[in-house]
Amino acid sequence: MSTETNVELQVNGNLCRVAVEARATLLDCLRDNLGLTGTHVGCEHGICGACTVLLDGVPVRSCLMFAVQADGYAITTIEGLAPGPGELSVVQDAFCETHGMQCGYCTPAMILTAQALLANNPEPTREDIVEAISGNICRCTGYAQIVEAIALAAERLRGLNRPSEGL
Amino acid sequence: MKSAPFTYHRPDDIDEACAQLADDPDARIIAGGQSLVPMMAMRLVRPTRLVDIGRISSLWYVRDEGEAIAIGAATCQCVIERDPLIAAQVPLLATALPWIGHAATRARGTIGGSISHADPAAEIVLVAITLGATLVYRANGVTTEIQASKFFTGLMTTALPPGSCLTAVRFPRASGNVGVGFHEINARRSDFAFASAAAQVALNDDGSCRALTIGIGAITEVPFRLDSIAAKFSGKPIEEAELRTAIRDALDEIAPMSDLHASAEYRRRAATTLAVRSVMDAARGDQRRVH
Repeated sequence: MSTETNVELQVNGNLCRVAVEARATLLDCLRDNLGLTGTHVGCEHGICGACTVLLDGVPVRSCLMFAVQADGYAITTIEGLAPGPGELSVVQDAFCETHGMQCGYCTPAMILTAQALLANNPEPTREDIVEAISGNICRCTGYAQIVEAIALAAERLRGLNRPSEGL
Repeated sequence: MKSAPFTYHRPDDIDEACAQLADDPDARIIAGGQSLVPMMAMRLVRPTRLVDIGRISSLWYVRDEGEAIAIGAATCQCVIERDPLIAAQVPLLATALPWIGHAATRARGTIGGSISHADPAAEIVLVAITLGATLVYRANGVTTEIQASKFFTGLMTTALPPGSCLTAVRFPRASGNVGVGFHEINARRSDFAFASAAAQVALNDDGSCRALTIGIGAITEVPFRLDSIAAKFSGKPIEEAELRTAIRDALDEIAPMSDLHASAEYRRRAATTLAVRSVMDAARGDQRRVH
């Protein structure tokens, strides 16, 4: 029963081969086998959203998926967002600037969810943002600064492709 | 919160999946796993073998079959939610889908998984019963069809025989001037509903009711239809006060479930109000002409 299966995961652009027990969740695999502890363990039954990762760019609960099911998929965790060491992605930077976190437990999942929203919807309304993060529980902020952070990130990402004035 | 050990199999086709199920009486099918995995984590179920049908691509489709729109059992809820054929031809399903869980669970959860799991509060189960869907399953190389009214046999129990696998769900196509409504109430958005209601109304050109279907979910072990009411409004405009009385009278006949979250009487009152809202939405608010 406890025999391990080899799975191949494309994690943050790197091909990872890991041997896992069938019952190991993708969450456990990312944290325990790959050392990517930015994906947080919350309720472990799909309620809190703290373990959200992107599976082929789409937010999913990594506690509700066994690692063997993720074989061959591209997975993005919070560790995969920054453009370089010591840098922050636009969304991460917006969360810092608007104080979109307090304890930080829900933050990686919030940022990944926001990243997926903005990839598909560059001009989200407040309702779009609230709906997108509705599956992610935050016990600290009351959500206001998180919504503000995502709106700020959306504005900045739109600006990135705009030519500078006067040129 | 870790599952008990099991072995994992990922068959290439449905008959191989059925054979692997038949081999082990404690085997379970997994597709999206959005209901099964939490139950395994809480050790409410301990399958010794999981047969993953999530990658059998012949179970991924939404297609027009003339009288019905068929959906492959392993089609993800997020795909159905965005499908233009479903929006146009099965508008009640399209309206109900965003109520299921969250976007992150709809990204993995499948239509067949929700149907097979048969949770009394499941939105897809309520829509299947309300619209009179047909469920298609495969066992021992034989394909069998069964009506939704006969499929759901009790609390999280279905007529699926051991060793069988649901392969498709067929919804009757909406025709003519059809409106739909769906409402549910829960402690927080996307949690399990305490009561839910679905309605589909077909209207004549003069605005009178041609056909009315109402389904009530989450208050009994299996969602049910209020067919006795439909006849009362046939050929007439739907008046809210008369509708409310008729629904209240019909729900007086049933014994709702009661638990820590909601009493039987609360569920009955909530279901009455949600059913009235759903029918009124269908009759005046959300009319779509379907060709």
